[in-house]
Amino acid sequence: MVAEVTVQQVEQKPSWGGGISPFGVSWQKLMMWIFILSDAFIFGSFLISYATSRASVGKWVDTGKVFALHIAGSEIPLLLIAIMTFILVSSSGTMALAVANAYERRKKETVRYLFLTMLLGLTFVGCQAYEWTHLIVDYGVRPWWNPFGPPQFGAYFFTLTGFHGMHVLSGVIYLGIIARQVAKGVYDRRGSYANVEIAGLYWHFVDLIWVFIFTMFYLF
Amino acid sequence: MATEHAVESVVVHHEPQSFWRRYIFSMDHKVIAIQYMITAGLMGLIGLVMSWLMRIPLAWPGESVPIVAKIFPGLFEGGVLRPDAYLAMMTMHGTLMVFFFLTAILLGGFGNLLIPLQCGARDMAFPFVNMLSYWVFLLSCLIMLASLFVTGGAAAAGWTAYPPLSALEKAVPGSGLGQTLWLVAMAVFIASSVMGGLNYITTVLNLRTQGMSMMRLPLTVWALFVAAILGLLAFPALFAGAVLLLLDRHLGTSFYLSHVVVGGEHIVREGGNPLLWQHLFWFLGHPEVYILILPAMGIASEIISNNARKPIFGYRVMVYSIIAIGFLSFIVWGHHMFVSGMNIWLSAAFTLTTLIIAVPSAVKTFNWLGTLWRGKLRFTTAMLFAIGFVSTFVTGGLTGIFLGNPTIDIQLHDTYFVVAHFHIVMATSSVFGIFAGVYHWFPKLFGRMMDERLGKLHFWLTFLGMYAIFFPMHYLGFMGVPRRYYGFGLLQYLAPNTQDIQLFISVAAFITGAAQFLFLVNLIRSIWWGRRAEANPWQGNTLEWQAPSPPPHGNWGEKLPVVYRWAYDYSVAGASQDFIPQTVPIEQEPTGEPGRHVPLPTVAATLSGDGNGKPLQNGG
Repeated sequence: MVAEVTVQQVEQKPSWGGGISPFGVSWQKLMMWIFILSDAFIFGSFLISYATSRASVGKWVDTGKVFALHIAGSEIPLLLIAIMTFILVSSSGTMALAVANAYERRKKETVRYLFLTMLLGLTFVGCQAYEWTHLIVDYGVRPWWNPFGPPQFGAYFFTLTGFHGMHVLSGVIYLGIIARQVAKGVYDRRGSYANVEIAGLYWHFVDLIWVFIFTMFYLF
Repeated sequence: MATEHAVESVVVHHEPQSFWRRYIFSMDHKVIAIQYMITAGLMGLIGLVMSWLMRIPLAWPGESVPIVAKIFPGLFEGGVLRPDAYLAMMTMHGTLMVFFFLTAILLGGFGNLLIPLQCGARDMAFPFVNMLSYWVFLLSCLIMLASLFVTGGAAAAGWTAYPPLSALEKAVPGSGLGQTLWLVAMAVFIASSVMGGLNYITTVLNLRTQGMSMMRLPLTVWALFVAAILGLLAFPALFAGAVLLLLDRHLGTSFYLSHVVVGGEHIVREGGNPLLWQHLFWFLGHPEVYILILPAMGIASEIISNNARKPIFGYRVMVYSIIAIGFLSFIVWGHHMFVSGMNIWLSAAFTLTTLIIAVPSAVKTFNWLGTLWRGKLRFTTAMLFAIGFVSTFVTGGLTGIFLGNPTIDIQLHDTYFVVAHFHIVMATSSVFGIFAGVYHWFPKLFGRMMDERLGKLHFWLTFLGMYAIFFPMHYLGFMGVPRRYYGFGLLQYLAPNTQDIQLFISVAAFITGAAQFLFLVNLIRSIWWGRRAEANPWQGNTLEWQAPSPPPHGNWGEKLPVVYRWAYDYSVAGASQDFIPQTVPIEQEPTGEPGRHVPLPTVAATLSGDGNGKPLQNGG
């Protein structure tokens, strides 16, 4: 009986063109969600590999010391990482503002917040470049060796942060393309700013991954 | 927002006019399907020749074969296949067959062809990415093939590429550039399969036509859908593993490496764990074998139901078992690692999940038998291959239950028994699914029919040949013949008759392989000179048979088809003919769809499906 009712409901909608999504989600957005799921499995594989290696090599590295900044003679552990985390989380905020403005179809504001997000993203990557340089030049950390402990520390440091940084950088380029489309009025003509929201999904995902890397690699 | 996108996709696509856009850089899912099938088919053919090369020294150890040596001068020395060339052939045969032939033809070929057609969509969700998926796949094929021609030859660490053999550049000749190219080709292949998978999943979820609820999808689409999800979630593990292995090889990291001595040279590495690779690899590797068997199951279900002229037995249970197999396939990977020294309790857990996965598989098998039972069977070539699929799936599946037990697996690990097992399920069952699919859907690919007489000859030679090749391998395994060995001369414990069995297997392999050229001849002849096919030559219910053969660009004319019933209304009591396409309204013909308001005919009529029951009032 239930099946009958649904069939009748479906048949009453003559305008169904095959493109209306059964879940009320456009295929573009759905595709981004599925991609994110797949990408999450790559990060998951890296993080689990890291966890097993760290558990099996015994004594690990005191990350608080390695990633400390020396300001006015005092050592502040994880300061740079805290700043980087703050920047990236803030960029999620500006991205959300961009999406909110996109819903309202405010072109100028959307572009402004997209640029702000890109700027924060680039700052994050810049901090990361500084951190890499610091470790490579000042401490002599290499993928195969480091002065602090097991070689896996350097190996996973470069792999995890490098792969994540690449995602941030691709995100900046991606947002740049979207911002250009918004500025050119492509979405006004199309009558939909949905692509801004979809780009936002990716950006928030990259931020979320950072939370995991921050917790598992730096904090723990 | 959803409605805005809907407006876009209603617009009828215009067929591109130039040759390049129409046949080469095409975004039409049917053209991409053909491109995938041809490329994957060629890779399969290369894999077949590689297996022949391997079978030569196994049958005639140390004997010179000057004629073959002339064709492949790089692999032979003094007319004999070199041992390192043997290892490279073994590695490349496995890699090409599993990824570049089976995965590509099932998901890329049949997925592209059938998902939009059977869902009632005009094309894939994102045709550009779909096109990109094919061209990236072609790139990965070229990289993989290029590795055959580099110094040291192709990768030789087996298709599983276990470190340290695959991590140390000097381990074997193929561990150099060949292994690097292998890893790069795999990473590129994974990128291509993600692009494809995104499209397959999204299309099934979002682009179904009106009335095509998930529980009305043909089982082919269900199987391809779940296989695509498996690919999307399992391949990332191999991607991560391949990146780490590349870093180990070229940046000096020690993810997988510990102290190793190679050829007296001490390699200074510490703290890495080669088992990490095995976990990452098999987290992909096991779902991967279900990526290969699920679409074949879907194809077999469709063809068996169509040619038995009966509804598929237990449609809903078939769907649930596809989902159950898909889920369970992610938690059985440890059964490939029983001899790795893993905790015995972990082995027990993996044994349990492995044995549980046999339950939905058996449910499906009995449902095929239930569908065949007392059906009005039409023995088309496709049907023969579908029944052959069921036969080999049972044979190969049962030995899987054997190997799922550590007590037996530790004895049989790395023997020919394992080779027999996975060749009967993958090399035979999956390939039978592919053959069945090509013979059945050829009209939708090229608008013509394949030759049935040649097809049946092809079936019988292949069916008997496959058993002749792989069944004796079980005995070799029991007798302790190890797999992947180039020669067995030094293994004193082997009975002398193992060599006779090897000879028999090789001869069977040459004959069965040669029989595949019958298929090739049939294929090429039928593409140009086959009998022209009408729209619905097999009297099928699914949507693709309502489109012309071959379907035009955009698949359907002005309006998309509307679906009123499930795909399996064969021999419905009281209907005017023994099949009712999904597009026939419920007011015109009765339906046997589960859950619809239709009084059931008598038990006997249901089982025989002869449609002689009392006329039924329709379900609408």
